[in-house]
Amino acid sequence: MENLIALLIAAPLLGAAVLLCGGRRLDKAGHWLGTLLAGASFVIGAVLFVDMLGRSADHRTVTKHLFSWIPVEGFQANVGFQLDQLSMTFVLLITGVGTLIHIYSIGYMEHDENRRRFFGYLNLFLAAMLLLVLADNYLLLYVGWEGVGLASYLLIGFWQHKPSAATAAKKAFLVNRVGDMGLSIAIMVMFTTFGSFAFSTVLGETGGASSGRNTAIGLMLLLAACGKSAQVPLQSWLGDAMEGPTPVSALIHAATMVTAGVYLITRSGAIFNAVPDVQTVVVIVGAVTLLFGAIVGCAKDDIKKALAGSTMSQIGYMVLATGLGPIGYVFAIMHLVTHGFFKAGLFLGAGSVMHGMNDEVDMRKYGGLRKYMPVTFVTFGLGYLAIIGFPGLSGFFSKDKIIEAAFAKGGTEGWILGAVTLLGAAITAYYMTRVMVMTFFGEERWKHAKTASPDQPGVEPAAETHGAHDEPHPHESPKSMTIPMIVLAFGSVFAGGIFGIGDRFVKWLEPVTSFDHGNSPVAEWTVTAATIVCLLIGVGLAVAQYGRKPVPAVAPRGSLLTRAARRDLLQDDFNHVVLVRGGEHLTRSLVYLDHSLVDGVVNGTAASVGGLSGRLRKLQNGFARSYAVSMFGGAVVIIAATLLMRAV
Amino acid sequence: MSFPLLTATAALPALGAIATAAVPAARRTAAKWLALLVSVGTLVLAAIQLVRFEPGGARYQLTESHAWIKDFGVRYELGVDGIGVALIGLTALLIPFIIAAGWHDADPLETNSSRWRPTQGFFALILAVEAMVVLSFEATDVFLFYILFEAMLIPMYFLIGGFGDRAHAQGDEAAATQRSYAAVKFLLYNLVGGLIMLAAVIGLYVVAGSFSLNEIAAARASGSLHMATNTERLLFLGFFFAFAVKAPLWPLHTWLPNAMGEATAPVAVLITAVVDKVGTFAMLRFCLQLFPEASKWATPVIVVLAVISIIYGALLAVGQRDIKRLVAYASISHFGFIIMGIFAMTSQGQSGATLYMVNHGISTAALMLVAGFLISRRGSRLISDYGGVQKVAPVLAGTFLIGGLATLSLPGLAPFVSEFLVLVGTFSRYPAAGIVATLGIVLAALYVLVLYQRTMTGPVKAEIQGMPDLKVRELLVVAPLIGLLIFLGVYPKPLTDIVNPSVRQTMSDVQKKDPNPVVEAAK
Amino acid sequence: MNPVNYLYLAALLFTIGAAGVLIRRNAIVVFMCVELMLNACNLAFVCFSRLHGNLDGQIIAFFTMVVAAAEVVVGLAIIVSLFRSRHSASVDDASLMKL
Repeated sequence: MENLIALLIAAPLLGAAVLLCGGRRLDKAGHWLGTLLAGASFVIGAVLFVDMLGRSADHRTVTKHLFSWIPVEGFQANVGFQLDQLSMTFVLLITGVGTLIHIYSIGYMEHDENRRRFFGYLNLFLAAMLLLVLADNYLLLYVGWEGVGLASYLLIGFWQHKPSAATAAKKAFLVNRVGDMGLSIAIMVMFTTFGSFAFSTVLGETGGASSGRNTAIGLMLLLAACGKSAQVPLQSWLGDAMEGPTPVSALIHAATMVTAGVYLITRSGAIFNAVPDVQTVVVIVGAVTLLFGAIVGCAKDDIKKALAGSTMSQIGYMVLATGLGPIGYVFAIMHLVTHGFFKAGLFLGAGSVMHGMNDEVDMRKYGGLRKYMPVTFVTFGLGYLAIIGFPGLSGFFSKDKIIEAAFAKGGTEGWILGAVTLLGAAITAYYMTRVMVMTFFGEERWKHAKTASPDQPGVEPAAETHGAHDEPHPHESPKSMTIPMIVLAFGSVFAGGIFGIGDRFVKWLEPVTSFDHGNSPVAEWTVTAATIVCLLIGVGLAVAQYGRKPVPAVAPRGSLLTRAARRDLLQDDFNHVVLVRGGEHLTRSLVYLDHSLVDGVVNGTAASVGGLSGRLRKLQNGFARSYAVSMFGGAVVIIAATLLMRAV
Repeated sequence: MSFPLLTATAALPALGAIATAAVPAARRTAAKWLALLVSVGTLVLAAIQLVRFEPGGARYQLTESHAWIKDFGVRYELGVDGIGVALIGLTALLIPFIIAAGWHDADPLETNSSRWRPTQGFFALILAVEAMVVLSFEATDVFLFYILFEAMLIPMYFLIGGFGDRAHAQGDEAAATQRSYAAVKFLLYNLVGGLIMLAAVIGLYVVAGSFSLNEIAAARASGSLHMATNTERLLFLGFFFAFAVKAPLWPLHTWLPNAMGEATAPVAVLITAVVDKVGTFAMLRFCLQLFPEASKWATPVIVVLAVISIIYGALLAVGQRDIKRLVAYASISHFGFIIMGIFAMTSQGQSGATLYMVNHGISTAALMLVAGFLISRRGSRLISDYGGVQKVAPVLAGTFLIGGLATLSLPGLAPFVSEFLVLVGTFSRYPAAGIVATLGIVLAALYVLVLYQRTMTGPVKAEIQGMPDLKVRELLVVAPLIGLLIFLGVYPKPLTDIVNPSVRQTMSDVQKKDPNPVVEAAK
Repeated sequence: MNPVNYLYLAALLFTIGAAGVLIRRNAIVVFMCVELMLNACNLAFVCFSRLHGNLDGQIIAFFTMVVAAAEVVVGLAIIVSLFRSRHSASVDDASLMKL
């Protein structure tokens, strides 16, 4: 059975290799091959899941050592896999949502000449992501970690001929690299501390290490998680990453890859539990990002960027939950899974809307689309209800639990966190209602409006329009696109109930992450009631603002906060001034110094030798008599010196 | 007496060089095929070396020893350890690719020039360099090594000064001037290094009375040869200076960007991937083995210089406007990693440094050769002259990206393995240096991706329109290198198995032990 | 007569020769001055031979004469060919041996 684990990764990897090396011959069948292999991976995952369920809770972890990767004196890196309940959850999410998005992409990318390459990259992503969650040591995890970064880079920059896409891809990779630096340092500290970086050793012997070292490891892991999961202060890449095709945004930048940071922190729970100070930092990062993403989400008119802000905010919830320790791990993962369903569904819905609207992304040019795209409307609507935490739907169960856990942290900290998460819930309800109302309700603002040129940033050139600038003719998307949306909508509705009722998910994950109820100062029902009140306030405000009054086609100037939020709360301006400008000055002056100082010393030496010999050359005037004089002079000097030496 | 395999591996390209040079002017193509055949033959001999070499056996294997200059005790003494045999394999592997990539680099400009001879000279010089580099990896006699170390400058000088890119931004006249400047700079830098080393070689003979690496090392180990602290340090510095010029280490690096910028891409690969490796190899073999105490004494300074090299090289690569100079500065950064790994004096660091030498050779070859193909198409080295190449030549862009990803040490490709080993090895002894060097991986991503973005992505520039994609010959050059990068990234065990025993011996030379993990130490 | 006086004479002749080489421009005169120096040396050699009572100095004088004869042949040939090409026997006109 454990041999299947390698096959799980091998299937999409094979797909990537064949599709990327196969050339144009595979153009016709490439997307089917890619989808088939993603599906095969899901089937293998399901078989392993059934097998795992057949065993008792304590014997569910399966390990498989494949081969010795880097055998060097005192340093043993292996390629080995560990499949436990936590990995299993991810495997099913990745392959399941992954397969659905493969199917969706068949329709969405139909008119793109590079569809085969797109599927190759998607398969590469699946393989890397599976490697990330299945690795049994941190170094192999690092391979998957950078592998998904690479896939993300390739997919964000899929339309490379657009400068905005190429820039966004580069930015994503670079910001992620800063995080990777953290992971790399964390592994180095692990190695010097434990002599190994296998999960079993590191997590088993955490107690033996000094708290200083654990703190270092924890902070560095957090840095890594911030990079990958777009948490403050490394969040700036996620908004730009929406330059990629929408299925990519759904799979990578909503459902799976961006949640890898949550996986990393949960996996390394033993380390974080040992150093409460680091946990506090994790909680702060989560809380700040939660509000940051939500505020940005409120101000964006680009539908995908609004959803990206929302993703950031929801992952903030998850990171906050992991920072709570054993109270929160389970709920973080649970929210991660339900979020995977409804956020992927929302993105696919957004893609479907764009598909029908000549790739327009500006919500101010939408409106009243529910009549034209009924399936998209319903599935998007269910996703919307799920994310705002409408009672009974997925998001309700998972988010509510996180809010409860935040209160259960206890003390002032608990109250502050509880308040932040409740505020976040209200803002979530506000911006999601705003998206919903602006897109599907109200007057049809797209009439008589020209579509943006496909070269413009944010616009996706995948459309059937081939760059036509006519008035859009909204229509429902093909079956290959609507079916995955319907499946995900089912997940958005029922997943929470299936996980939450009877604490099934808690029991499932408890052996891996451990679980602690905490002591909540407030009763469970009070929290639930407060959540619902917040939700209603948010929805009400949004409806009052966008549903009751007509939406202006051009965004009003807005308050200072709105304007700042539109610019992602000035994060890019900060980066530009401090990092980009500063870096440019630094490199330019170094290039100058290298030329004038380091090279200058050398060239100066050469020049002075040359100058000296030039002067000496003047003595060679070509007159035989003057040579004779110098000979004569030399002879006189030698004789005088000899006589002088004699005399002394 | 058994077959002198080591001599044969060096003699074959040497004879091949003479034969290639002797091919009549009109039979230019025959000369190319002859050179390629000889280089492949050398690769076969190098492969036989790899097979015959027994990891964990005697330190130096396949040894040969003959008296040469009896009056000074100079012997023709050869032998390979795991590090040497790996680098000989790298050299022999890269030369056929270099020859194939430079197939048309020395062709006459007019087709009917029947008296044109530089074509033969170009390929003969490459083979001559190969012969000397291989022999220098094999030499266990300090004097023999010194002669080869210096002699390889002669063919390199002509390769850099005599052959350049066809098109040059400022015209042929300026190209020739800059080329000869670069060649003279290369020669002078290395001659100065060599001169200082010569003084140290003579000094070593005066102190030790022998040039044989084995004899001196044995005498030092047994205690029969005692060097005064200051003497050892001065001799060490003499050797190290020469190797640091060749490697090159900051601030002795400025010859490399000029040389790599002006030379054709295959020659640039020859410089950075093959010839420069002699410098880092010699640090491991001569500095650490002959002067262990002085090496330990100098380590802190050298590690600092290496870290400066890493960051400085990367920052300057970011600021370059010329593709080849960018790769050159990236190489300076990578050589910083290699030197840091060697002088961290941990098993991981030194194994990593050795792997790094091999991997850097392959990855730079992949990136630089594709860059050369790109430059030959457009006739410009300036990054700003390109844009949107991926749209018209996707295979070229794809291979360029993989070469770039290898340069930025993406996990899954070979350079990651070595870079991580070097970082871990350094971190366990010098945490600060390890952390600062880690910054290098962010900067590497910056210069590689900026280069890729500016040349390959965006709207297609007018001059790029209709640029042909990789030809079969070019694809045949790049594909095996990429395959090797992936293989060694996933399964580097064959290489580590060969290298590990030699590293163990080097570690025992300097009498250093790896630091124990904190948790185990506490137990 | 005191042999040392011959040495004084030799020194005087040598000095006249050397001064002539340095000062005069006519190649023939310079040439003659060189001969004068050579012969001054010869005189000194013979004188030393007499002073020390062995024949070494006289033998060397013979050698010098032979060398001087050879030098005259080559030197005059050079001067003549120089005169033919330049119509001048001034040594300063032949100053091409510089960078």
